[in-house]
Amino acid sequence: MSSVLKISDLHVSVGETPILKGVNIEIRQGEIHALMGPNGSGKSTLAYALAGHPNYHVTDGSIEIDGVNITEMEADERARLGMFLAFQYPVVIPGVKVADFLRHAISNIRNPERKEGEGLIGMREFRKEIRERMDELGMDPEFARRYLNDGFSGGEKKRMEILQMAMLQPRFAILDETDSGLDSDAVRVVSEGLARLSGPQMGVLIITHHERLLEFNPPQFTHVMLGGRIVETGDASLAHDLHANGYATVRQRHPDAAAENARAEQPTTV
Amino acid sequence: MATDAPIKSEVEIGDYQYGFHDPTDNYAFKSRKGLDAEIVRQISEMKREPQWMTDFRLQSLEIFESRPMPNWGGDMSELDFNNIYYYMKAASEQGRSWDDVPEDIRRTYDRLGIPQAEKQYLAGVKAQYESEVVYGSLQEDLAKQGVLFTDTDTAVQEHPELLREYFGKIIPPGDNKFAALNSAVWSGGSFIYVPKGVKIEFPLQAYFRINSQNMGQFERTLIIVDEGASVHYVEGCTAPTYSSDSLHSAVVEIIVKRGARCRYTTIQNWSNNVYNLVTKRAMAYGDSLMEWVDGNLGSKLTMKYPAIYLMEPGARGETLSIAFAGAGQHQDAGAKMVHCAPNTSSRIISKSISKGGGRSSYRGLVKIAKGAENSKSNVVCDALILDPASRSDTYPYIEVEEQNVAIEHEASVSKIAEEQLFYLMSRGLSEAEASAMIVTGFIEPLVKELPMEYAVEMNRLIELQMEGSVG
Ligand SMILES: Nc1ncnc2c1ncn2[C@@H]1O[C@H](COP(=O)(O)OP(=O)(O)O)[C@@H](O)[C@H]1O
Ligand SMILES: [Mg+2]
Repeated sequence: MSSVLKISDLHVSVGETPILKGVNIEIRQGEIHALMGPNGSGKSTLAYALAGHPNYHVTDGSIEIDGVNITEMEADERARLGMFLAFQYPVVIPGVKVADFLRHAISNIRNPERKEGEGLIGMREFRKEIRERMDELGMDPEFARRYLNDGFSGGEKKRMEILQMAMLQPRFAILDETDSGLDSDAVRVVSEGLARLSGPQMGVLIITHHERLLEFNPPQFTHVMLGGRIVETGDASLAHDLHANGYATVRQRHPDAAAENARAEQPTTV
Repeated sequence: MATDAPIKSEVEIGDYQYGFHDPTDNYAFKSRKGLDAEIVRQISEMKREPQWMTDFRLQSLEIFESRPMPNWGGDMSELDFNNIYYYMKAASEQGRSWDDVPEDIRRTYDRLGIPQAEKQYLAGVKAQYESEVVYGSLQEDLAKQGVLFTDTDTAVQEHPELLREYFGKIIPPGDNKFAALNSAVWSGGSFIYVPKGVKIEFPLQAYFRINSQNMGQFERTLIIVDEGASVHYVEGCTAPTYSSDSLHSAVVEIIVKRGARCRYTTIQNWSNNVYNLVTKRAMAYGDSLMEWVDGNLGSKLTMKYPAIYLMEPGARGETLSIAFAGAGQHQDAGAKMVHCAPNTSSRIISKSISKGGGRSSYRGLVKIAKGAENSKSNVVCDALILDPASRSDTYPYIEVEEQNVAIEHEASVSKIAEEQLFYLMSRGLSEAEASAMIVTGFIEPLVKELPMEYAVEMNRLIELQMEGSVG
């Protein structure tokens, strides 16, 4: 039986500000969904809320995996259930080696019952695996010894996200603009990497402004977000259309959401 | 860990591993609580001190009494000088082998791992328990080369010429209120003399242990590294957890002569009821190198700013400081570098971690005096704040009286680690694992400068602190 990630009527606030205003999406393992929408429409907010960022408060609605409500779970519990977010802006962790970090992460994800201090996955097995995955992504094995994202270029950071995804083999992966700010070579590597990883075992939500990633990973569904709501859902041709023509017609069809989005794009005075 | 403690203290030990204590009824001597000239005379008499030292103590007491409490740094309003025991002697004699040390005390040091470390990687040990050193050792070949490593009381008796030349000269009693207090009631501490050209390969270590409630520990350390010699001295400190406060106020004076080298490493791990108010200063002469490696964990309030006076051309000073402030703790720590001669250089690297409502402050001074041209100083301080309840401040002072100098100061960027925590947790690491990893990574550049055994120790202590408040 394939797993389902079900997002129902999701309302999310940051501080006192409501950002998502009732989002519904259902993603099955094996499916690829594209999520598009102008800046400030709430795409990253959805990604963070799904991954369990403590500052993104779910005020209404729910997130479920196979009927299990995960809305209140901590980020690490969700990760152990198979959730993964490739960050739009990966975080730098000075002094923490990629290999040490990933070995811990894998040990927890593969053995969700693992308690702190219990054994980690075998060193040899781990080394072999990380080398193979790095090789597939065209990464210098030296990166395993570097500090996590510290001094990495934009492209290197995004590859590091895909490497983590390849190692952790999530059931549900959210890619937040993984293709932004990359040169075309890097976009190709990332796109091919994702295509190799996705398959019947993975449900994918791709947040993107570009077409390349979707060319390699054609979505069955395309959702358009505006003003914190999904205003339209279609197939791959919708993504294609938006790429070609922009959001003007979507805004015209949904003037209320467009107005809310415009407000969100104003610089805040906090 | 705490389960095999001989006696459990009356308050919750929590995650502090060294919070146990021994019985105190069979102590050789215990002064009454409080401080006056009679107590000071009593201490001096017990130690059969020469008159000059008794006078020095009594004058210091007057200075202490005449000085106001500092109105900066940390909150000392609850510190009650009348509720402290200023002198306690647990064992009647100092042991030359661990078998000579009373059983309770020996067991305590066993649990702290000192005899084992002594066998494995130390050139000499002093173990101070309450006011007196209860055990001392020094490798024979070092003694043969003329290295002196005794407690400071013994040095007053056996090496009066060195004591009269240097004792109280680097940090005079009038330096500050707590230096005056120490000068009045000091007891124990290490005296080290390294003769010309002698390079001691392995560290000399002193271990300070407070055992009683409301104890005041006032050790006094004097280190003289003669020309071209080198030494690495390490001190560790722990105390039981009590619900009322103890006071630790040490004075450490160091002279590093021409071409010599001294490294002084502190791994302080006091329990959360100890006020730790310490004055440390070194004078570094021509082409010498003085290094303070200062690890401040535990205590209720620490105020400590190890200083280096660069006295002659070519002298170098370096301070690496790590502070960890957990719940109910304030670490007000930093460094002082005073350039008194041309072509001197200094470096300060400070890293602080605040967590669970703890507060850490970096307070530092770089002074370049008139005439100290071509001097260089580099200061980097970094703060990591693990949760919004915790706090970090930076007070960097720079005084420059000379034109042609180079000072670099990388102002501290206080980072709240929230985004880092979320990133690691989204990869399946628990909050405790993620914060431990972030903290270990944060201090890594500093820890890797320590000798391996101490790096391991430092990481282990930080991990223990981290286990404290998560979950
Ligand atoms: N951490 C935050 N603090 C304050 N406002 C935020 C935060 N995250 C998102 N927002 C606001 O939420 C809205 C949606 O942002 P975001 O989800 O990043 O949009 P997108 O990813 O679609 O560009 C914007 O108005 C943004 O300013
Ligand atoms: Mg975004």
